[in-house]
Amino acid sequence: MTDFAIPVTRSRRSELLTALFRSGAFVAGVSIVFFWVFCSLFGPYIVPFDPLADDVLNALGPPSAVHWFGTDQLGRDIFSRVIVGSRDILTVAPLALILATAVGTVLGLLTGYFRGIVDDVVSRLIEAKMAIPGTIIALLAIVALGTSQTTVVVVIGLSFGPVIARTVRAAVLSERELDYVAAAKLRMENSAHIMFIEILPNILPPILVESTVRLGYAIFAVTTLSFLGFGVQPPSPDWGLSISTNYSMISGGYWWTVVFDALAIASLVIAVNLTADGLHGALDD
Amino acid sequence: MSWARRTSTMPSAAQSRFSRCFQEDTMNRFLARRFAHSLVTLFVVSLLVFFLGQILPGNLGRAILGPFADLQAVEALNHQLGVDRPLLVQYGTWIWHFIQGDMGHSYLYSAPVADLVVPALNRSLKLAAVAFLIVVPLGIVGGVVAALNVNRPTDRIISICGLSAATLPEFVSGIVLILIFGVWLRCLPIAAAWPDGAGALTQLYFLILPSMPLVLVLFGYIARMARAGMIEALDSDYTRTAVLNGLPWRKVIWRHVLRNALLPTITVIASQTGYLIGGLMVVETLFRYQGIGSLIYDAAKGKDFPMLQACVLIIGITYAVATLLADLLSFRLNPRIRMGG
Repeated sequence: MTDFAIPVTRSRRSELLTALFRSGAFVAGVSIVFFWVFCSLFGPYIVPFDPLADDVLNALGPPSAVHWFGTDQLGRDIFSRVIVGSRDILTVAPLALILATAVGTVLGLLTGYFRGIVDDVVSRLIEAKMAIPGTIIALLAIVALGTSQTTVVVVIGLSFGPVIARTVRAAVLSERELDYVAAAKLRMENSAHIMFIEILPNILPPILVESTVRLGYAIFAVTTLSFLGFGVQPPSPDWGLSISTNYSMISGGYWWTVVFDALAIASLVIAVNLTADGLHGALDD
Repeated sequence: MSWARRTSTMPSAAQSRFSRCFQEDTMNRFLARRFAHSLVTLFVVSLLVFFLGQILPGNLGRAILGPFADLQAVEALNHQLGVDRPLLVQYGTWIWHFIQGDMGHSYLYSAPVADLVVPALNRSLKLAAVAFLIVVPLGIVGGVVAALNVNRPTDRIISICGLSAATLPEFVSGIVLILIFGVWLRCLPIAAAWPDGAGALTQLYFLILPSMPLVLVLFGYIARMARAGMIEALDSDYTRTAVLNGLPWRKVIWRHVLRNALLPTITVIASQTGYLIGGLMVVETLFRYQGIGSLIYDAAKGKDFPMLQACVLIIGITYAVATLLADLLSFRLNPRIRMGG
């Protein structure tokens, strides 16, 4: 982390991009993420079968030339379902993350800038939140509020917010002692101006890195909730949901009903991590 | 290695001041403060759990008896459950009973929650113990190896694998492991249900596969912490002194670096108890294991709020106890504090 703000000029930005794209891991990660984003946007138009269409006569067929990934117990084409199944996770997880980043940034700025009593109260709240795993908080809230995509977004967004707030707070603590903040104070700028106009632009890199890392965890939480049956509801081809409906059949040898969904989740998660790792490396140097 | 890049969390002046002021009761005071913190945390957790229970849509009696029950029955049940009393009274009663060991009554199982939670917690602890026994040495070794090869390919591979494993949902790794070891190789049982009266080794055999998804997730966390601790210790003044004194590298690592590097790792291991229980919920569902995780899952599915609340509060307590134990342990292990400077 740099001790003072480096203005992100054109040359600095192009330097950054060069560094990023020289890293093979980052390029691989971004490519896979873009592949799934493409699938979630245009999936329904490119897949060979309707992902929701039953074909009971061809139920539980193994992978073949017609059905590349086989068919599930209703005869639905698994290849089409995996491609289109990226849609729910790639809507819910990023939305939750945007909410979490907004909440975390505001909380982090407030606690880091004002310190004192605000910091103490919010820190205790964050600590309490850390004592219960996110999945369980999400579960409690979803049971109380009922299952819906909005609930999942709000619950995950709010429970990830404090984690991001910790990182933002740490960044603010080192920024607030710097000369430009003192200068702004001398100019009699109000606190909101100093926090959001002066400090915020300078702590964007750590926020960006933290958010990308958290995106991996958001995907984790969202698919886990789908798997447990508290997220996306049938007949959506969502990956977590498909695994949850089909995993009881794997002891019967129907491996293709779960393995491709599992690989899809794994590829997305790993790709997001490679991207986060690349960003971290490039922005921290 | 650049010595100038030394990054210590505690300024050395503060450190020496801390050591000088060391008295017999330092540890007691430290623990008392941490204990007070835990109590405040638990209080907030209990409030959160309680009030989330209050926003359950509709009324509780109606939710339990279903839409066709008559109004008198619903009101009678509400009165019996005490949900028609003021919130503060309800909260007080709940906590007071909880402290006395009465955790409420499960609607789903029509049994006292305590009778269900204790054996479930016991089973979950077994599973968690197996996972920790495997992952702690593995994670520490991974982190140390990464730190000794910092920024070389070995380090990159360990770091990226660790990060990916940590964000791979347990049901994904669990499914793949079940397919490989349970269905194709047929060498490990895919359901963690051992015959009655099975010995410890048989139980261990049944728990290996279910513990693996947890191991994968925890490996990432522990390895990352161990790596960071190692790098910091390697960059420190005492390591430089030891090296310049001509101590063999191996000795420097064993005597000086490892000891200091692993302290923060202990705290991280304890802080993962919270995560662990979330992970247990998925793993226990996947492997059909009757632990606290599957109890929470059943309670959530069946809208059994008293059981859900009790379980979550117990998780909060477990977390607080684990954190306190970790503080105690790092206090004992830290030579700077233990020997009083």
